[in-house]
Amino acid sequence: MSVKEKALILDKTGIDRALTRVAHEILEKNKGAGDLVLVGIQRGGVHLAKRLAIKIREIEKVEVPVGSLDITMYRDDLATRKSQPVPQATDITFDIQNKIMVLVDDVVFTGRTIRAALNSIMDYGRPKRIQLAVLVDRGHRELPIRADFIGKNLPTSSKEKVEVMLVEDGGEEKVVILGE
Amino acid sequence: MSLSTKDLLGIKSMTADEIKLILDTALTFKDVSERDIKKVPALRGKTVINLFYEASTRTRTSFELAGKRLSADVINISTSTSSVVKGETLLDTARNIEAMKCDMIIVRHSCSGAPEYLSKRLKSSVINAGDGFHEHPTQALLDMFTIREKLGKLEGLTVAIVGDIMHSRVARSNIYGLIAMGAKVRVCGPPTMIPPGLECMGAQVYYDMDKAVEGADVVMMLRLQLERQAAGLFPGVREYARLFGLNQQRLSGAAKHALVMHPGPMNRGVEISSEVADNTPVILEQVTNGVAVRMAVMFLLSGGTKAEA
Repeated sequence: MSVKEKALILDKTGIDRALTRVAHEILEKNKGAGDLVLVGIQRGGVHLAKRLAIKIREIEKVEVPVGSLDITMYRDDLATRKSQPVPQATDITFDIQNKIMVLVDDVVFTGRTIRAALNSIMDYGRPKRIQLAVLVDRGHRELPIRADFIGKNLPTSSKEKVEVMLVEDGGEEKVVILGE
Repeated sequence: MSLSTKDLLGIKSMTADEIKLILDTALTFKDVSERDIKKVPALRGKTVINLFYEASTRTRTSFELAGKRLSADVINISTSTSSVVKGETLLDTARNIEAMKCDMIIVRHSCSGAPEYLSKRLKSSVINAGDGFHEHPTQALLDMFTIREKLGKLEGLTVAIVGDIMHSRVARSNIYGLIAMGAKVRVCGPPTMIPPGLECMGAQVYYDMDKAVEGADVVMMLRLQLERQAAGLFPGVREYARLFGLNQQRLSGAAKHALVMHPGPMNRGVEISSEVADNTPVILEQVTNGVAVRMAVMFLLSGGTKAEA
């Protein structure tokens, strides 16, 4: 069984355009960047959160705090996995109390990562509001969770795999569907 | 990458990659203890038993906090208040505990090999919290974590371990671990307390403390186990302190950035002078890091199905 690239969904320009629109939507919905904080979910979400912060600075001339969140210890499949994943750093050095927090992830799929992220955030404080921004929404939710800001809606088969590659990880920048 | 066994019995059988995995994982667990809400749900629903056949405050509390901060249910059994005083064997006690469905048993025992003996007969994960003169793996892991945190690496460092090497499981685990990670290890103590064969483990043996400490990046002092003094391995505590105690003047021979470490409990004025003990923050940071390292070990061993060891 070999995994190959079935379709190119977004290229470098496509990703950039989607993020620009999402940045505008975040500012529109929250009427500016006051009280706004961005938290990227390890690992892909962290790069995207940093990029959104740059875009918001370009649009609004405001510096928005950016943090990273690792949800490993909050996963609901730890007891059944063969081996444990290595946790990455959680780095939220600013106060999140009463802030408007935008969680950022590359792909939303079953919604279980977001559930874990929400639980984790509650252990750090109580934001006034939490919103979700994703580059790709591929459907197949197993929990009642939806994204507030979506770069690309992408209907997929649950057997396929969506891969977001970013230059920050070294290499190409694109979103592709992988399949057999 | 994951640990290859369900148990942590000693450092000797571990690869450098496995040690590194635990140290890297511990890094993220350290943050948990710094937060307002010092708890993550990683081991929710798991039951952990602390089965201690020897006195301990630090290690037992550290394991207990580590388990609780991972949301496991932790039960402490100390032998003085258990059926052990009625003559129950180690294996019977452990089997009875396991019959109540626990997932992990943390064992400290005065007999070398007791944790390994249990691990072969139980389905639960067994963690060695110190067995006889054999190993104390989580202490070595937290020592290595602390050195790496303070000096940025382990490879190429010179670590002097000073004291009663023969009776020290802390020393043994540290020698295996540090050498696996590429450090140079010097051991030093009275000839009666240096077991044969240390050179085969890769350590250099010194009988003169000043020479052992000279240029060292880390000076690791061991507790003089005063309860073993009756064996007559050294003439007296005062002489021991004079020849193998760490004071400011002796420490000045070590590297400028040298770390002073001690696994505790300290005998002030014996193996370490009060002046040195109070001037090094590292000894208490070892204790802080102990919780993080034990969380990492429990987390990594708690995975679903593990290949049989």
